[in-house]
Amino acid sequence: MKFLTTNFVRCPIKACDSSPDSFPLKFQDTTLIQEEQDFNPQFIAAMLERLDWPAVVSVASDLGNNSLPSLKPENISWEDQENSQLLKDLHTLLLETKIVEGKMVCRNCHHIFYIKESIANFLLPPHLAS
Amino acid sequence: MSRPEQIAPPEVFYNDSESFKYTNNSRVMKIQAQMTDRSLELLNLNNTSDLFLIDVGCGSGLSGEILTERGFQWVGLDISPSMLANGLDKEVEGDLFLSDIGNGIPFRAGTFDAGISISAIQWLCNADSSNADPKKRLLRFFNTLYSSLKRGGKFVAQFYPANDNQIEQITSSAKTAGFQGGIIVDDPESKKNKKHYLVLTAGVSERQINLKGVTIEQKNENSKLKSKSKRQVETRKEYINRKKELMTKRGKKVANDSKFTARKRRPKF
Ligand SMILES: C[S@@+](CC[C@H](N)C(=O)[O-])C[C@H]1O[C@@H](n2cnc3c(N)ncnc32)[C@H](O)[C@@H]1O
Ligand SMILES: [Zn+2]
Repeated sequence: MKFLTTNFVRCPIKACDSSPDSFPLKFQDTTLIQEEQDFNPQFIAAMLERLDWPAVVSVASDLGNNSLPSLKPENISWEDQENSQLLKDLHTLLLETKIVEGKMVCRNCHHIFYIKESIANFLLPPHLAS
Repeated sequence: MSRPEQIAPPEVFYNDSESFKYTNNSRVMKIQAQMTDRSLELLNLNNTSDLFLIDVGCGSGLSGEILTERGFQWVGLDISPSMLANGLDKEVEGDLFLSDIGNGIPFRAGTFDAGISISAIQWLCNADSSNADPKKRLLRFFNTLYSSLKRGGKFVAQFYPANDNQIEQITSSAKTAGFQGGIIVDDPESKKNKKHYLVLTAGVSERQINLKGVTIEQKNENSKLKSKSKRQVETRKEYINRKKELMTKRGKKVANDSKFTARKRRPKF
């Protein structure tokens, strides 16, 4: 699972739908890899607007990176040369950082979901299915 | 031939051998690619590479690979571990999730710009276990899909309805969830090539669904209407030929008819 996706995925259990604690999930015991991807500054700038920055910071910290700025970079145009290093750094974080193994825990219901071979398993046991 | 949905639940039907056969069958690959192309044509997204898409029932990524070719980032959900494993083997670019869409789309509000689903959602009409309620599962799916799309986000799903009742179940659940849209039928006269596309918008979109060359199926009155009015349903090929004739009449230069006429071409990158 790419780091980018951690900023969108939430607990699938219906009882957690309306809980603000069902996002972001807490990441534990993770194994990460860096995988080279084509750099598309336009995509990164578009996603930056959509990112929940506090969740970026908190998941990065789950993964052992405590060096992100606490405030989201604003008004980043991908066409502006000045932003190219920032967008490259974000690209490395969002698209090239991949979680291949690990656990995701819902902060509301404490259910644990597993990531294996980079696939996140969100299947629910019958009693939690909606 | 019986329908896969009637044989076993999806994660059982798409076991290791079936998933491998499916993924590596060149006829299947071609048809899934065509239907993905057609879905993208209907979605009518603006031509930028900054969109984030979801592929519902992504299987081994035959549909997702087309999204990658078009420069989209995507996330794929599927209930069959074997299908996903085949996707891993092919190193598809999208992020894969093992998940049952009948339990919902586990993404926060406004995540995706758009979505597709190719040959998957008819599975939701089946009750695979005694406690599974297709109506509830369909509604859970469409409700959570709706919220995972940004406002104005579009979703196109090609599916294989077993009967009219399933079409009705699917469209009415989508509407209950708040979607606008309906069903488009390609090649309605051909038993073999007839294809159903559920075409939905979550709120008002800046760019409308592309309805060029499409006749919307009108349920129930359909057969009556057809015999009464002379309005014939046009296939894509007929549409292109008609346009060509028009262009030729207008004195424009038109590509010669060839065996490539009215076939979709893969964009090159
Ligand atoms: C015919 S395959 C299509 C796969 C891919 N979209 C393609 O074009 O090749 C249908 C897929 O739907 C998946 N599916 C069926 N029911 C599902 C469910 N409830 N949740 C998630 N996936 C499901 C199956 O596992 C299967 O991989
Ligand atoms: Zn939860």
